[in-house]
Amino acid sequence: MAETTYLEAIRQAMFEEMDRDPSVVLIGEDVGVYGGAFKASEGLVARYGWERVIDTPISESAIVGAAIGMSYAGLRPIAEMQFIDFIACAFEMVTNFAAKSHYRWGAPVPMVLRGPSGGGVHGGPFHSANPEMYFVHTPGLKVVCPATAHDAKGLLKSAIRDNNPVLFFEHKFLYRRIKEELPVDDFTVPIGKAAVRREGRDLTIVSYAAMVHASLEAAVQLAGEGIEAEVIDLRTLLPLDRETILRSVRKTNKLLVVHEDTRTGGIAGEIAAIVTEDAFEELDGPIRRVTSLDTPVPYAPGLEEYFLPSAGKVVAAARELAHY
Amino acid sequence: MASTLTPKQHLELYYFMRLNRELEEQMVRLFRQNKIVGGLYPSLGQEAISVGTAYALAPGDWIAPMIRNIGALLVRGFKPRDVVTQHMARYTSPTQGKDGTSHFGDLKSRHVVSPTSMLGDLIPVMTGIAMAGRYLGQKIVTMTWIGDGGTSTGVFHEGLNLAAVQKAPFLLIVENNQWAYSTPVEKQSALRDLADRAKAYGIKSVIVDGNDIVAVERTTREAAAYARAGNGPVLIEAKTMRMLGHAQHDAAEYVPKAMLEAWKQRDPLDRFEKLLTEKKLWDAKTKKEIDERIASEIRADVEFAENSPLPPPASAEEGVYCEGCHTIEADWQRPKEQVMPPRSSVKAEWPLKSYAANGAGPRGTEHAAPKTKPGKKPERAAVRIRAKAGR
Repeated sequence: MAETTYLEAIRQAMFEEMDRDPSVVLIGEDVGVYGGAFKASEGLVARYGWERVIDTPISESAIVGAAIGMSYAGLRPIAEMQFIDFIACAFEMVTNFAAKSHYRWGAPVPMVLRGPSGGGVHGGPFHSANPEMYFVHTPGLKVVCPATAHDAKGLLKSAIRDNNPVLFFEHKFLYRRIKEELPVDDFTVPIGKAAVRREGRDLTIVSYAAMVHASLEAAVQLAGEGIEAEVIDLRTLLPLDRETILRSVRKTNKLLVVHEDTRTGGIAGEIAAIVTEDAFEELDGPIRRVTSLDTPVPYAPGLEEYFLPSAGKVVAAARELAHY
Repeated sequence: MASTLTPKQHLELYYFMRLNRELEEQMVRLFRQNKIVGGLYPSLGQEAISVGTAYALAPGDWIAPMIRNIGALLVRGFKPRDVVTQHMARYTSPTQGKDGTSHFGDLKSRHVVSPTSMLGDLIPVMTGIAMAGRYLGQKIVTMTWIGDGGTSTGVFHEGLNLAAVQKAPFLLIVENNQWAYSTPVEKQSALRDLADRAKAYGIKSVIVDGNDIVAVERTTREAAAYARAGNGPVLIEAKTMRMLGHAQHDAAEYVPKAMLEAWKQRDPLDRFEKLLTEKKLWDAKTKKEIDERIASEIRADVEFAENSPLPPPASAEEGVYCEGCHTIEADWQRPKEQVMPPRSSVKAEWPLKSYAANGAGPRGTEHAAPKTKPGKKPERAAVRIRAKAGR
């Protein structure tokens, strides 16, 4: 059976959900005729027509605003940001309007806001961002960051069927670099559940999105040195699967958090707080972080490589922690 | 087009305008008694706009009132108790104390969307509802209000431009009350008429005397018919004056006294009462009956609010997410098959016309959503931007 890329998995999820439910529509810049900047929506307009696949002006606030309105009318819109960096232009609509809607006046916003995030493709300061933590800090949103093609498809389907605004961060580095065989039948992956990608006894590496792959690569290397790392893929940042993290830390007694987001205010800080609050006695060493630097994402390949975490940096940190 | 309002409708308009004014005056009293939890944003002098515009729409249409549009909420069937309990942060309020002022709505039955404090947001939101309504085969229009100051926001531009290119059945009421908090309109915009903003979007606009409820109602009704027929959005500039401060705490000493005096002569309620009398649409007895009805409704509802409990503190934790408490259901007024493959399928290329007209390159895309019938292939393109599409 043919393998499916991460990108194709996302495209399949949209096709299948639009086939299943006429209330699902797609709105964004160049999503229709062009099929999206990364071709995630290629073929959608041909199959579902102009009314369901809507090309908009370059107006991120209006895209998100219109999607909110559509959800009020009972639709399940998918709004695309051409690059997730541009979500900054729609920050108000996401954080004040959509996120607070159900809490304030009981109006659910069943909207998905998806787009390519992340670095490693030399996109520079405005096409490489990992802005997830702005939104993890916003009650009322759900934040999903899949690391595999299977999860990308299953989580996107869950996001579309969810009654809340779900931010779906697709890692563009993974779009065409990873593929796997997917189930033929309809499947979903639940939002809010982490996955243990590799079992180990010596330390826990918690990560998400592209850095799951760097962590797994590091784990293989570490195993060669006799260090067995357990690798957890968060899959969802909000709501965070605290139980899976705590269960693993209680087993390995050591925690390393790896993320591509910048260091200060990244999810690692929150996870460290949770673990010290709830499993302090279980820790046999300090909680360590491997993250990007606290700078904008630089453009030159050498600079970006220096900026980003890598398997090598994870190995170095894990080795030190294991011997603590 | 002349007003088609019946005598009974005239009296209804009076009822809502008077109710709007009396209710706000009562809330000022409650404010002075320290019973209003947050701010109080008066609409004195602007009642004709809230009431007249909302009254002109059909029950299935959607509205999103702004903070000074309590009159529109009343027209839509909300009661004084909803407004008072909201301001007093009672558990019986529409938001159960989660939000205050006129920040509430009702998606299911009244089709009222709650505002946020950030101005302009409602424009793309109501455009989205208008687009969804058209998609679902409903014959609705949507409407929201914005002040003169709100027209300076970025999302005003983005939203109205989207409404324009989508030819959305959407009405925007620009309530030009001359003041954005303490800043006069000439510091918001260099335009003499804010209606001229519509020109930049290629949409229709109308200017109306916002203190003449008959004109406001008629103008809005005509605009709604125009938008409902698929002609695109309409911007209505209703010229008026904010007769009090931005909110209860603001004495508005920055407003020239002569300006206030001049506008006092144009009070919308006084003018409408005069008209009712001149046209012999009521007599003193009718007026007294309506006024007494309003007084007793407000009295009962304030009593209800004062006797209502405050929200239990732990309820602060509830309701952040919809976990199955709501069902998402669209009101389909057309067969769903029309939007499902293969009937919905189209060729993925732009049906552009008049390419290079005036030497200006491609212009005049023909497939504005309302015109494209599902299942019908768009006209053959003169230019082929992208031919390849398909799974």
